[in-house]
Amino acid sequence: MDILAQLAGGFATSFEPLNFGLLVLGCTVGLFVGALPGLGSVNGVAILLPITFFVPPTGAIIFLAAIYYGAMFGGAISSIMLGIPGASTAVATTFDGRPMALKGDAHKALVAAAVASFVGGTIAVILFTLFAPPLAEFALKFGPAENFALMVVAFATFIGLSGDDIPKTILSILFGLILSAVGLDIISGQPRLIFFDLPGFYKGISFIVLAIGIYGIGEILWTLDSSKGKVEIAQHKVGFRLVLQAVFDLRKTWRTMGLCSLLGYFVGILPAAGATPGSLMAYGMAKSLSKNPQNYGKGEINGVVAPEAANNAASTGSMLPMLTLGIPGSPTTAILLGGMIIWGLEPGPLLFITNETFVWGLIASLYSANLVTLIINLAFIPLFIWVLRTPFAILAPIIFVLSLVGGYAPGASMHDVWLILVFGIAGYLLRKLNYPMAPAVLAIVLGPLAEKYFRQAMIISHGDVMTFVERPLSAVFVGAALVLVSMPIISALKRRRSLV
Amino acid sequence: MTAVVFALLSAYLMWKSAELPVGWIPNKGPAGGAFPFWLSLAMLVCSGWIFVRALRGVTPESQSKDLFMDGPTVRLLAMAGGSLLAALILITFFGFYVAIPFLFVFWVRVVGKRSWATTSILAVSVPVVTFFFFEIGMRILLPKGITEPLFYPLYQAFL
Amino acid sequence: MRKLVLKSVSCGIALGLGLGLISSMQTAAAEWKPQKPVEFVIMAGQGGGADRLARLIQSIIEKNDFSNQPFIPINKGGGSGAEALRYLKDKAGDPHVIMATLNSLYTTPLRNPGIGVNIEEYTPIARLAEDTFVLWVNSESDIKTIDDYVAAVKKAGPEKWVMGGTGTGQEDSLVTAMLQKAYGIQMTYVPFKGGGTVAKNLVGKQLNSTVNNPSEQLGFFEAGRSRPIAAFTPERIGVFPDVPTFKEMGQDLVYFMQRSVVAPAGMPKDAQDFYVDVFRKVNESKEWKEYTSKKALNRAFLTGDDLMAYFVAEREKHRVLLKEMGEIK
Repeated sequence: MDILAQLAGGFATSFEPLNFGLLVLGCTVGLFVGALPGLGSVNGVAILLPITFFVPPTGAIIFLAAIYYGAMFGGAISSIMLGIPGASTAVATTFDGRPMALKGDAHKALVAAAVASFVGGTIAVILFTLFAPPLAEFALKFGPAENFALMVVAFATFIGLSGDDIPKTILSILFGLILSAVGLDIISGQPRLIFFDLPGFYKGISFIVLAIGIYGIGEILWTLDSSKGKVEIAQHKVGFRLVLQAVFDLRKTWRTMGLCSLLGYFVGILPAAGATPGSLMAYGMAKSLSKNPQNYGKGEINGVVAPEAANNAASTGSMLPMLTLGIPGSPTTAILLGGMIIWGLEPGPLLFITNETFVWGLIASLYSANLVTLIINLAFIPLFIWVLRTPFAILAPIIFVLSLVGGYAPGASMHDVWLILVFGIAGYLLRKLNYPMAPAVLAIVLGPLAEKYFRQAMIISHGDVMTFVERPLSAVFVGAALVLVSMPIISALKRRRSLV
Repeated sequence: MTAVVFALLSAYLMWKSAELPVGWIPNKGPAGGAFPFWLSLAMLVCSGWIFVRALRGVTPESQSKDLFMDGPTVRLLAMAGGSLLAALILITFFGFYVAIPFLFVFWVRVVGKRSWATTSILAVSVPVVTFFFFEIGMRILLPKGITEPLFYPLYQAFL
Repeated sequence: MRKLVLKSVSCGIALGLGLGLISSMQTAAAEWKPQKPVEFVIMAGQGGGADRLARLIQSIIEKNDFSNQPFIPINKGGGSGAEALRYLKDKAGDPHVIMATLNSLYTTPLRNPGIGVNIEEYTPIARLAEDTFVLWVNSESDIKTIDDYVAAVKKAGPEKWVMGGTGTGQEDSLVTAMLQKAYGIQMTYVPFKGGGTVAKNLVGKQLNSTVNNPSEQLGFFEAGRSRPIAAFTPERIGVFPDVPTFKEMGQDLVYFMQRSVVAPAGMPKDAQDFYVDVFRKVNESKEWKEYTSKKALNRAFLTGDDLMAYFVAEREKHRVLLKEMGEIK
């Protein structure tokens, strides 16, 4: 096979001075854009567009891959530092990343996220290099029934997330699901739950609005409450030696990294699922395989490693359907797709045959973008920690501004900004009453997908629920979900018995 | 104390749930309103469950004797919420670039009691950075209300 | 983080602040030009066909410098475009907003009269293209002609034959309804989120047939994974010279997806002229010509009162169609 030769050619391209400069620039831009809640690689691509008119297509795609990777790494940064997930894929990273930062271990969490992202991304690119076409074929086998079964697995991992108060967890999930139903019902084409007839509800309530409200505004209110205005987050100065030490310490987590990367990749290649369920399942898996599941949620390093390895692997995986099938797996890849058309490239099953150099240039730049982002990210960690040491009275308005802008940016809608304020206050009060909010935030991401797939499957099978068990692939997923649900119950029963 | 809050919350959720079933349309397969309807019904059941638990004092919150919020906390939170509300109103009429300095003056000077020098540096630099980063770099136009014409020359110069 | 951004733009700050204080009372030149970036509202979500087309147009404008200020795409796809339609209504008189539309420009106000939008109030700018529809099946099926297709649907029965398309009440479902009526056949219609997903599900054999736009199926067609049966066009489509039209076979089944641009009500005449001119240039650009011929779009440029007359006529057509489907009264 001449894969290696082609790859080497691709690498040679990506290390040409112009291309390498674009790579470094793209990674940096991506990192910051990804770290800002409400912004993502989509916005980075906006910067890209004018540049593509001056550089050749290969340079443009390298820049793009760099932004894409940078943004993926960046999502974890705000999850850990501010407790606001930079993207829905980074929600699971807040579970343990935020507690670590509050304990004064922010640098360890940031390093863990960066390294895990790198490992996840690299494993995924290697798999991508070796098995892209057969995997694309496999992904085609996924119809609505299989997709719904996959969502069931994602929901089953919620059980692992639940705290001690089960009714409140369920209520939180339901709350998120109901919010996710707001807007237009795609199947019947009718608007529903348009509260007070406000036109802003037609587009539904997006994940980012709820997440910024609960984590951005809600978190500040919570901090004010718990500290009575005198906020002090213990953060010592972090130099490069501590960063390197933290990298070295990560060797204990290699198993989590490897497993979660594989899992994330396979979930990511399925056009319907994407990186958010992938990261969630990885977190659930790491927790259920761990010897100390009780540490999760309190600052367990594996709890940062698992979702980050998985979401990067999944994001790489989600480029697969775009390249091989010409179907955008996410808004960013959709814009990428538009870019490729302008450059005269036709994404689709024939791309691998007709534009070999381009494809290998892209794959090679995925490898190098991954590495460069890791280095840049590690280099910035002392700076990030320095930001965390900013006095609260200054940090608070900065977070407010970021929250307001981040809420406004995706939909260009003031309606969303008002909703953020409402969710912020509601989220704070619910948290005060010991309601876990993460399930609601994840439910709003998964809810619409699950409902849509379920109803599509129902229309195809004419209301026969057995379709989920009769189709072999979906039966496997339903089985996996049952195992996930039953595990904590069994262990709870065991514990009870041992107590008696 | 907490039990009362729970009761209020439950009542609110019940009222909210009762508002939702509007969209129930019988059809083959689940209809458009089916999901929100059954979800809100489940939510109603759940809030009832929580209410019962709270009454029976199973949860740690219902056993604690602490006040839900004391006076100073309420004042602090009202201040935070109020500043955001004011900022949103400012955005609606005068735009982001009036609201951002306001937030900084309020938090850095009034709450944080830092010097006017620190305050003014932040209140000026943050909007400037925001403008260049979001509007020029990212091409995200933020609402400006009546201050809009002031920005025309900036657009002419940088875009 | 903030520091860094600060550094990168510090050179511009002093200049920017100075300029900001100067009033912008520039005397209006003979020709109107946008004073600030133009909001290019897209009536659909990110990643769909309408979005991709609008972003292509935006980059053509930017690449060729057709406008002194950039066009900034903003997706307002909520409620099948209801959100965008309302937004445009509220922006009446604003010369810095335009909107890329598709057929939901008619169908959404018809289906949701509650949003209080009358499309006749909008300022017409330009119709850039009409997208075509083709009936597709998986290339592994035995269906080669429309007769095979009708026979296969009848044999499978309405329960077993699954047609995929975009949301109910949107273009694909209208085309399907027309097809069912013309041939007296029944099938199960499953709505998906976007045309690309529909295309993928046909190739993955989750669906029996689709009515995709050529641009959505082209990649699969070239890879030999899907087969066009017949086109919903008056004449054969350039990229599929061997595919007959329904018209040839005696069925008057013609349906287009229009891709045009409108502006809010009460836009000043000179601003309207500016935008018409920009899109006229787009229409004649090399990139646009290439794209439309490759993707089988009809370049049907239309402006002014003719465009509005076209909108009104199309709306009436859709009113009839939706009524027949039982979607509206």
